[in-house]
Amino acid sequence: MEKIKAQEHLVIIGNGIAGVTLAQHVRQGSDCRITMVSSESPLHFSRTALMYVYMGHMRFQDIVPYADWYWQEQKIELVHDYVERVETNDKKLVLRNGAPLHYDKLVLATGSSAAYHDWPGQMLKGVQGLVSLQDLEQMQANTAGIQAAVIVGGGLIGVEMAEMLRSRGIAVTMLIRDELYWNNVLPKEEAQLVTDHIQQHGVELLLQEELQEILADASGRVRGLRTRSGKELPCQFVGITTGVKPNIDFLKGAGIDIDRGILVNEFFETNQPGVYALSDCAQFRNPAPGEPKMEQLWYTGRLHAEVLASTLLGDRKPYERGPWFNSAKFFDIEYQTYGIVPAQFTEQHESLYWQNEAATKAIRFLYEKGTARLLGINLLGVRYRHDLCHHWLQQGYTLHEVMQELPAVNFDPEFFQRYEEELLHQYYTRFPDRQPPVKQNTWWELRKRFSLFSDSTSC
Amino acid sequence: MHTAAISHPTASSSTVSQDTMKMAGLILISIGLLGILVAAVGADYISPVLTGLGGTIVFTIGALVYIWQSRLHRSSAEQNHGLWQQDATSRGASAWVIGFVLTGFYVLLYWFPDTLQGLIQAMEPLSQWLRGRPSDQWFLYGTFYTLAILVMGVHALLKYRNSRYHIIRTISVMFFQLGFAFLLPGLLLMLNKPEYYFTYFWPLKYDYLFPGTIDYLVRDGAALGVFMVFWGAVFSFLATPVLTYFYGKRWYCSWVCGCGGLAETAGDPYRHLSDKSRKAWRWEVAIIYPILGFVILTTLFLWINSWSEGRLLGDLSGGFASTYGFFIGAMFSGVIGVGFYPLLGNRVWCRFGCPMAAYLGLLQKHFSRFRITTNGAQCISCGNCSTYCEMGIDVRWYAQQGEPIIRASCVGCGICAHVCPRGVLKLENGPREDRYAGSPMIKRDELRILS
Repeated sequence: MEKIKAQEHLVIIGNGIAGVTLAQHVRQGSDCRITMVSSESPLHFSRTALMYVYMGHMRFQDIVPYADWYWQEQKIELVHDYVERVETNDKKLVLRNGAPLHYDKLVLATGSSAAYHDWPGQMLKGVQGLVSLQDLEQMQANTAGIQAAVIVGGGLIGVEMAEMLRSRGIAVTMLIRDELYWNNVLPKEEAQLVTDHIQQHGVELLLQEELQEILADASGRVRGLRTRSGKELPCQFVGITTGVKPNIDFLKGAGIDIDRGILVNEFFETNQPGVYALSDCAQFRNPAPGEPKMEQLWYTGRLHAEVLASTLLGDRKPYERGPWFNSAKFFDIEYQTYGIVPAQFTEQHESLYWQNEAATKAIRFLYEKGTARLLGINLLGVRYRHDLCHHWLQQGYTLHEVMQELPAVNFDPEFFQRYEEELLHQYYTRFPDRQPPVKQNTWWELRKRFSLFSDSTSC
Repeated sequence: MHTAAISHPTASSSTVSQDTMKMAGLILISIGLLGILVAAVGADYISPVLTGLGGTIVFTIGALVYIWQSRLHRSSAEQNHGLWQQDATSRGASAWVIGFVLTGFYVLLYWFPDTLQGLIQAMEPLSQWLRGRPSDQWFLYGTFYTLAILVMGVHALLKYRNSRYHIIRTISVMFFQLGFAFLLPGLLLMLNKPEYYFTYFWPLKYDYLFPGTIDYLVRDGAALGVFMVFWGAVFSFLATPVLTYFYGKRWYCSWVCGCGGLAETAGDPYRHLSDKSRKAWRWEVAIIYPILGFVILTTLFLWINSWSEGRLLGDLSGGFASTYGFFIGAMFSGVIGVGFYPLLGNRVWCRFGCPMAAYLGLLQKHFSRFRITTNGAQCISCGNCSTYCEMGIDVRWYAQQGEPIIRASCVGCGICAHVCPRGVLKLENGPREDRYAGSPMIKRDELRILS
């Protein structure tokens, strides 16, 4: 593809992490006109940080990563408006308040919102999800002065919501479909550890339980809900955290192919020339084997944008995600994962697993039984170096090779207790014929040897 | 369907006892404050020792009880709950009151010490016991200052109790303040030696390398005085660069220094109030380096003057020194530096004014192994790091681009790494080679905040 020309106009709908990353990277390589349209907020903010505003750790202005001056100096125009519809024939956006906007290239980065599943009572006052800034404002209003809340769904947004509500002393019950919290993602041991921890923070978990209907009081507000097993829980707030769905309603009739999300190929191209979609709102037509159709994470939003920016700048690149990684926090316990650790193991899977006595920290190395190839790492309450884990996974390290470099991977603060010894002990017990390395390499030596740093030094 | 319900005993009974203990702490704090007030105004009617020193002790006990109860019942992730919603920590009315009271205390201390006579007398037994001489306003100040670090040090220890780095660091500042900035100088006076602070060095303690001070130390302190001069010079010119090379500026600013000690303990609840804007950074470099230059020039002038026996500059250089002492030493470090804690944050002096910080900062930026590493592409731009940076560094700017944070002003307190919900930051010392290189996991922006 040709590089976007200086006189062309790139319009991005959505100023979340995907839209912003795209604008920044295109600006690095082009003088084209760039406009970002968002109805949610005039300035980009960190969606993952909304919870901290609610809990009083930060103000809204603190979760805005780039101040006004940045956008002015970068010559990225910001339009705070809602796109009513896209007219692909005329390459035009019709806005709710402002004049129509012409584009040469259009990128749809509209994100997602809470998905509801047609529960009776889901439109009552006091029922909501938590994705957007407006959701946060609504949650502030909906939870003022209340005593009890129920959260439906045991995912990452669910536990964030639980933490938020607990910070204001509100009693929280979570309805979780699986046997343990996040058991569809975490293996049993990790899920058990996190489940126990959430309970220790005063959250009541109803496991293997689902929502049947939400009950109203006379004024049309939530007064409680009934679960599938018939239990009635009084509450004044219901948090819906059972997943998200792409924000694509405004695209009806635009001539853009849509399924659950906006259909794109591996170059984020839609069926309309010059129109692209990425991140939460996009759906891959032909995902690589084993890869998901939709990726709705902060990190993948950024990765998508880096790849699409490269294409728009004339270097047409397909999206190849590379080794997976993700992170989260469950109250006090940080979670990191590298590679793929499935919730259910097959007989081809084997793992080294360690957890401390207080059940606040855990490490798992998952590997293939026959070849000992490293498949993934799960960490709870322990930090590892992303650069090195990525290197191991990308280079197809075996567990034996990983263990040679294990002490270099820890990223915990100075003076913290190290747990690699205990893991190595387990390893040498299981593989008694393996020898420890003659010389232990430090992180800095490995970093240099494998060039695990970028040559760009802009600070 | 099988439903597993797990409920937990509600924490109501422990909440009640916690509230009772907190209330008891508050009552003790109030009695202590009343005692201190009576000592200040009513010394003619009742012994200020009883009311003042007694009040201080009661206040301390009450504060410890209250802090213990309020911090222990919060887990590590809960410690910053409501900080931006509470009046006292978000520049609300009570923050202004505390700010004015602190500032007023400094004004009285510096310019009207006679008004504090009752409180000064209250510390008389302590002063006699420690130093073998009468109390004065500086002893009163030192006592309050040390107490603030110790009591709020306990607060910091509880608040950051899940981090060994912060436990050790907090104990370090408490130890150096109590031992080296309070007990040892007092002991030296008791032994009729020069009062010397082994943890303050030129250019912060600018007069320690002035010819007049050196003269006095050598004359009055004999062998010990010579050692003091030697110690000061070695630390200023040798130990400081060497330690900063290995560990960064933090070995001093957040481990040893008394100003830093107060900021990290008593100032900790105000750390998020520092200004993160680009404008603030411009002010910072425009003020702090000229102050360092001023101290260097003053010192040089004084030495030239001393060698030329006053012929060269007459009394001009002395005027230089006293001007600095007034504007920088008194106004800046005390009145604004500490008095404005609840309004401008806890490191105003360290960030904008301290010549030692400027000197350490230059070393840290250009001749050090220290950096804060960003973990790959894990940053979610949440902003906790920038918000809780007491030096007003926009840590997130670097973290979200996978870059190490290497900034002259960074005092290495480590709170950014502590509040990061994804464990993305790590303070560490490593080879200087490729020190500025970022992670290969993320593409970065080439823009510089300060060009």
